[in-house]
Amino acid sequence: MALLEVKDLKVRVEEREILHGLTLTVNEGEIHAIMGPNGSGKSTLSHVIAGKPGYEVTDGQILFRGEDLLEMSPDMRAAKGVFLAFQYPVEIPGVATMNFLRTALNAQRKARGEDEFSTPDFLKKVREVSKSLNIPQDMLKRGVNVGFSGGEKKRNEVLQMALFEPSLCILDEMDSGLDIDALRIAADGVNALHSPKRAMVVITHYQRLLNYIVPDIVHVMSKGRVVKSGGKELALELEASGYAQFEDAA
Amino acid sequence: MNVAVAKTGKGRAVSDLFTSAEGRLPGSPAITAVRREAFETYERLGLPHRRIEEWKYTDLRALVGEVLPLAAAPDAAALKRAAEAVKAHAIAGASKLVLVDGVFVANLSDVKALVAEAGFKTLREVLEKDAGLLKTASTDAMIALNAAMATDGVVLEIADGAKLSAPIQLIHIATSASASAFTRSQVAVGKGVHATIVETFVAAGAKAYQVNDAVIITVADEADVAHIRLMDDAPDAVNVSSHFVTVGANVKFSFFNMTTGAAVSRLQGFITLAGENSELSANGVNLLQKTEHGDTTLVVDHAVPNCVSREIFRAVIDDRAHSVFQGRIIVRPDAQKTDGKMMTRALLLSDEAEADNKPELEIFADDVSCGHGATAGALDDSLLFYLKARGLPEKQAQALLIQAFVGEAIEQIADEALREHVIGIAERWLERRQ
Repeated sequence: MALLEVKDLKVRVEEREILHGLTLTVNEGEIHAIMGPNGSGKSTLSHVIAGKPGYEVTDGQILFRGEDLLEMSPDMRAAKGVFLAFQYPVEIPGVATMNFLRTALNAQRKARGEDEFSTPDFLKKVREVSKSLNIPQDMLKRGVNVGFSGGEKKRNEVLQMALFEPSLCILDEMDSGLDIDALRIAADGVNALHSPKRAMVVITHYQRLLNYIVPDIVHVMSKGRVVKSGGKELALELEASGYAQFEDAA
Repeated sequence: MNVAVAKTGKGRAVSDLFTSAEGRLPGSPAITAVRREAFETYERLGLPHRRIEEWKYTDLRALVGEVLPLAAAPDAAALKRAAEAVKAHAIAGASKLVLVDGVFVANLSDVKALVAEAGFKTLREVLEKDAGLLKTASTDAMIALNAAMATDGVVLEIADGAKLSAPIQLIHIATSASASAFTRSQVAVGKGVHATIVETFVAAGAKAYQVNDAVIITVADEADVAHIRLMDDAPDAVNVSSHFVTVGANVKFSFFNMTTGAAVSRLQGFITLAGENSELSANGVNLLQKTEHGDTTLVVDHAVPNCVSREIFRAVIDDRAHSVFQGRIIVRPDAQKTDGKMMTRALLLSDEAEADNKPELEIFADDVSCGHGATAGALDDSLLFYLKARGLPEKQAQALLIQAFVGEAIEQIADEALREHVIGIAERWLERRQ
């Protein structure tokens, strides 16, 4: 069974249709890249998979391990193993990062019927993971993402990915707002989390990110559909010739 | 008794209220005369209503209608319930003073320690000789009613230089349904004293009762005082409380109020900065649900130069509840170099929730820095989605954001154990809305 199956998905925002019948299959352990010009519907797809309100699915299906994802609340999707790394992680003043991480992790475990983490076990786990991502401990005491640099925010997303151990990670424009060093650190973190059981969907406008996270399959999106899929060489082809050739195909 | 005609049909019941209670009110004949005068003031004014500017948003005639008869003195069963409530609400390590239905209860209180440490007496004892405590420079009807009807309270006189080892907790417990309790307390804080005073209002099985409390605090120079009031009365109760605080020079006075109970409540605080170089921090949180009406009214009077005042107020309003914040800062003509700031924010959790914010600055000096800000809004959807996408169910995500919202006011409580106590009450409020 595929991990994620998006079948002929049609999505509206207010009166405008953004996705016009999108189909995508992701299996365990695969790394997919979704590329496309601005406005092609890449972020819409990631939001609909994660359950963000404001999108109306008019047709099609999203199955996660065969279960209907669209029937689940966002928190239930997270508990099932869907993780969206936000393009712009929000700042939450007054909620300490450590408290947030623990509350979220235990909420997911509770929803799956697992025991909640004890404080010492949790602290040990956070310390290990944050160390490997070069996240200083004092950052964890601050409000969630409050005053974090772009790179720190993205590393905080990767930290959560490492803690929650999802089986599907969707990285929405992870490279936006990052310099090359910050990008490398974040990408190394993602690569370290890749495993035969965990799939990654990397959404990006530029080929640059794919120098660090090497995809198995590249999809080109245009005007709300996947118009071409291929190997990693497709990304290089796009870099050379641009998206214009696909605009007509859509 | 020369009583003017009551203003409303319901108001008329009030004169019976006084005559029937008179035999139970402590004090010498001279004090009875003071009470009668106060009662006549109340009768002339009647319950405050919306045409009285200070009570515009809290129309007690509409919201309450009538003042209930005086509660009977608590019997053995009531005292037993009260003892359990004391256990549940006592702050660890605090010295306790307990008032049950407006009557001081010695055997639930730490009398010995507080006589030694804080010059404790009951209002009842003090009123045998001195009516001074019933007089306040106020024309407010509810304060006049309190002076007329106060059955008991605590009187503390903390000697100069005393460093209190533990917080003093004044616990008001209601055990009696459909009755009123009137209490009045006074705390005189000596020079250089370090003290923490906590007031707790709770019910022990009582329903639909009314509380009218007054507290008079004077703080001498160089003192450092934290005053925390936690009103968690029964959801169908009424609580009207009035504070009069006078602060000397070089003082740090920190006040915090949290409202988590009562169908109708009003806390009106009148704080006068009467000595130079003092710092006032006055903060509050209203957590309201169902059809609760909670009013926090603070008047900060900068009477002398060189004082700092900071006010942070947060309201969280669910269902059809109504929160009122009125904050007035007065800067007298010679109170130069005053630095006063007030920030109030309301979080509306439902379409039918209502918040009224009324900040007022009355500045008569020309070299001051004063400001205020007010906002009202709903929970941020993008924050909620982020939390839900990380696995938090809707209500839990809301609770985390609500805690963060009120956190800024609660953080002003310096003592960690007290802060945790307050957070615990806020968390229980959040659980009630799950």
